[in-house]
Amino acid sequence: MAAIYSLYIINKSGGLIFYKDCGTKGRMDTNDSLRVASLWHSMHAISQQLSPVNGCSGIELLQADTFDLHCFQSLPGTKFFVVCEPGTPHMESLLRYIYELYTDYVLKNPFYEIEMPIRCELFDINLSQAVLSDRVALLGR
Amino acid sequence: MQFFGGSEINPSPQVPTASGNNAHMMYVFNRNGVCLLYKEWNRLLHTLNPQQDHKLMFGLLFSLKSLTAKMDPVNADKGNLGVPQLPGQGCSFHSFRTNTYKLSFMETPSGIKIILVTHPKTGDLRESLKYIYGLYVEYVVKNPIYNPGFPIKSELFNTALDQYVRSIS
Repeated sequence: MAAIYSLYIINKSGGLIFYKDCGTKGRMDTNDSLRVASLWHSMHAISQQLSPVNGCSGIELLQADTFDLHCFQSLPGTKFFVVCEPGTPHMESLLRYIYELYTDYVLKNPFYEIEMPIRCELFDINLSQAVLSDRVALLGR
Repeated sequence: MQFFGGSEINPSPQVPTASGNNAHMMYVFNRNGVCLLYKEWNRLLHTLNPQQDHKLMFGLLFSLKSLTAKMDPVNADKGNLGVPQLPGQGCSFHSFRTNTYKLSFMETPSGIKIILVTHPKTGDLRESLKYIYGLYVEYVVKNPIYNPGFPIKSELFNTALDQYVRSIS
């Protein structure tokens, strides 16, 4: 089963609010993950400017030599992106499922301040379950 | 891993599978960011003037390469974010897709970057970009009048390129 290396959630201003790293070799420290998230936020916005046609909503899939990056932007502007092995299937549905978990366990949490880093245990638990390979395959049905 | 793995020097062109034109535009940059070629076939929206558009495109690619080199989950030893990467150093991306377009990118060992912007449902264009690089070598590099580092003004190159891109599905 193809692997998911990491998951990032960025708020509408481009700040990193959640970062989960499941990889082994390519680990980044906190500062680097913050920089990478802001850089992605800007690249996403610039890609909309370069579109030859109207109505571009930003990069959805970036394919590199050793990984693929899938990005999902919700209506309020929160971006969820996942770094995975090239060719991993069902990443779009996984991202939408993670968005559902986010709305259920984070946004509906009365102690959670919007746009702040996510510290919700239930969200973490459900997320870990979701990224297990058999669950990802189920999401793709 | 991003450079030509095959043994062919002039790969044969892809068999055209559909008629019609799916390409929106194409850019060729050299290692210093000079736009050597910009061709437009089907571009409905011009957000910026040409100079700004070229600079923005080059800047986007430069930063995306920096990002992919840093985000690489497989290589343990990576430079710091923002350090300029040599061609071939670090993991590089070969395409990205939005809901309205797909951008395919190739960088050669000499720093020549070829970018093709097409319809979002286009497949993997890496072989096509290699063929376009082959055209560049034949018609531009081997042209004794061509001034390296300046925009390309070769009619033969333009015609061959036009013909080839229109045949890509």
